[in-house]
Amino acid sequence: MPKLQSTDLKATRLGFGEALVELGRENPNVVVLGGDVTGSVRTDLFMKAFPDRFISVGVAEQDMIGTAAGLAVAGKIPFASTYGEFAVGRPFDQIRQSLAYSDLPVKICASHCGITVGPDGATHQSLEDIAIMRVLPHMTVATPCDYHQTKKMIHASMMWKHPIYIRFFRENTPVFTDVSARFEFGKADTLIEGTDVTVIACGLQVWEAILAEEILASEGISVRLLNMHTIKPLDKDAILKAAKETGAIVTAEDHQRHAGLGGAVAEVLAEQYPTPQEFVAVNDTFGESGKGDELMKKYGIAKDDVVKAVKKVLKRKKS
Amino acid sequence: MEHFDLPELQEMARQIRRDLMKMLMISKSGHSGGPLGLSDIFASLYFSILKIDPKNPTWPERDYFFLSAGHLCPVWYATLARRGFIPLKELSTLRKINGRLQGHPAPAYTHGVPGVEIASGALGQGLSIAVGCAIGLRLDKKPNRVYVLTGDGELDEGQIWEAMMTAGHHKVDNLIAIVDRNNCQIDNRTDKVMELEPLAEKWKSFNWHVLECNGNDIEQFLHTIKQAQELSGKPKVIIAHTFMGKGVSFMEDDYKWHGVPPNEEQGKQALSELAPTKYGDFIEFEWEKQPVEVGAK
Repeated sequence: MPKLQSTDLKATRLGFGEALVELGRENPNVVVLGGDVTGSVRTDLFMKAFPDRFISVGVAEQDMIGTAAGLAVAGKIPFASTYGEFAVGRPFDQIRQSLAYSDLPVKICASHCGITVGPDGATHQSLEDIAIMRVLPHMTVATPCDYHQTKKMIHASMMWKHPIYIRFFRENTPVFTDVSARFEFGKADTLIEGTDVTVIACGLQVWEAILAEEILASEGISVRLLNMHTIKPLDKDAILKAAKETGAIVTAEDHQRHAGLGGAVAEVLAEQYPTPQEFVAVNDTFGESGKGDELMKKYGIAKDDVVKAVKKVLKRKKS
Repeated sequence: MEHFDLPELQEMARQIRRDLMKMLMISKSGHSGGPLGLSDIFASLYFSILKIDPKNPTWPERDYFFLSAGHLCPVWYATLARRGFIPLKELSTLRKINGRLQGHPAPAYTHGVPGVEIASGALGQGLSIAVGCAIGLRLDKKPNRVYVLTGDGELDEGQIWEAMMTAGHHKVDNLIAIVDRNNCQIDNRTDKVMELEPLAEKWKSFNWHVLECNGNDIEQFLHTIKQAQELSGKPKVIIAHTFMGKGVSFMEDDYKWHGVPPNEEQGKQALSELAPTKYGDFIEFEWEKQPVEVGAK
């Protein structure tokens, strides 16, 4: 039996949509911007509850970011949402100048991220977004691992004083985090304690890592699992502690292997405590159509890939 | 609010032109043509039109002004200094290290200038921002007005047209956009780089009220702003026809003066054409030797 149980299957995007409605009730300054995919990203819930505070900008992501920036200047708390690829790829310059350089507290909420968006194919599979957001000064980058954590993260983001990018997913996925667990940006969750190796995962790969841990534990390998929900600012203390105490690191993410979570962790290790690391990530390639679970396997980011990476890194581990 | 009369505004506009030339001679870097062409509009905005308080740049009841075409900022800095947002002598620091007067503007809360609400420089973003700000104010039922100034070459940017649609769709009528129609951009005349005409018809077809005026005629500009303020039901745009380089004979209406400063000799020639005013020139000081006297860093 895995140490963490899935109690349900629910989409992170639903957690986002429901949290927005809760925030809308709580704070009259919360506004939501829609780019014509409201039913998909679940901002339709807010739109129905608070039509006056829902601002449609059409399929125009550059304008959506600019309009959100202006709303923030006027003292509003804007949440701008669309699919990941279009939330950061199209309006990068707008995000850089109007949000990051200007340090405005706008929340960019990206649904349908990663390869698991599946049948829509490579054009819609955002695999570069962590990388391109985390290089921006002032930007916070975070990605929840399940429905409960998405809700908590959206709640925590409301009063965040800087621009923030929150990455979540379309699919119904296991709900396994404790609904009463405390959430704080920049503080990794230690989901499983272990001594031989540490898996640092984010997003949907946290569940894959939980499944991998079950397999590895049965083979006598003690795995520590960190849910690194905030990629910037990164919880360096947790990474260094894991490196010192377990001596081997595997990172796992639904993202390109370059400059994502794995890259961020490697930067910390290279500078402060060089440690063998293996990367479970999409290997510098575009995706294709298929089912989410099929694609995770084909592109090397499923539980078996975590198991393989752990075994590989253990061979490299300094004895 | 300041309410300069027409002769005072004209004299202030000339002083701003003198300030611009001096700033650019000191910095040896920056844009000459556009800022000169906009001096009349900036003097009008800051000394007659905008509801602002230089002592309290984030006054909640202020009118919001956004400069979408950030490269035009020398005229903004000179005007903000003349209006008391920053010390006059700080104009010596344009584009210099450790200063606040960035080559393209940044807001005070990063390391920029009081009175600047948000960064600009990458073109085409300001209209969206102004629309968002205006919608936010309207949600709060606040009477503040929002003004945004764009270049005409800047209208080549696609985001501008997205924002035009959004403003029309949401009937954002607490917003006045001003287009600096000087027919010049960095490479050439605008009709050579990208034809914009029929420009007024384009804005109209996006559901805007459209007004036109001579943007180098302060009396006409003030009258047009007043007309725009009284219109409702749709966002308003003023296509302000200006001359790049206005006031300096050898720069007037010449796109080649878009992005370059005058050299020493050209600067002296320019200043000789712009008669001194009762407001007096700012005192140049050696910024590099006094790096902590002003500025936010």
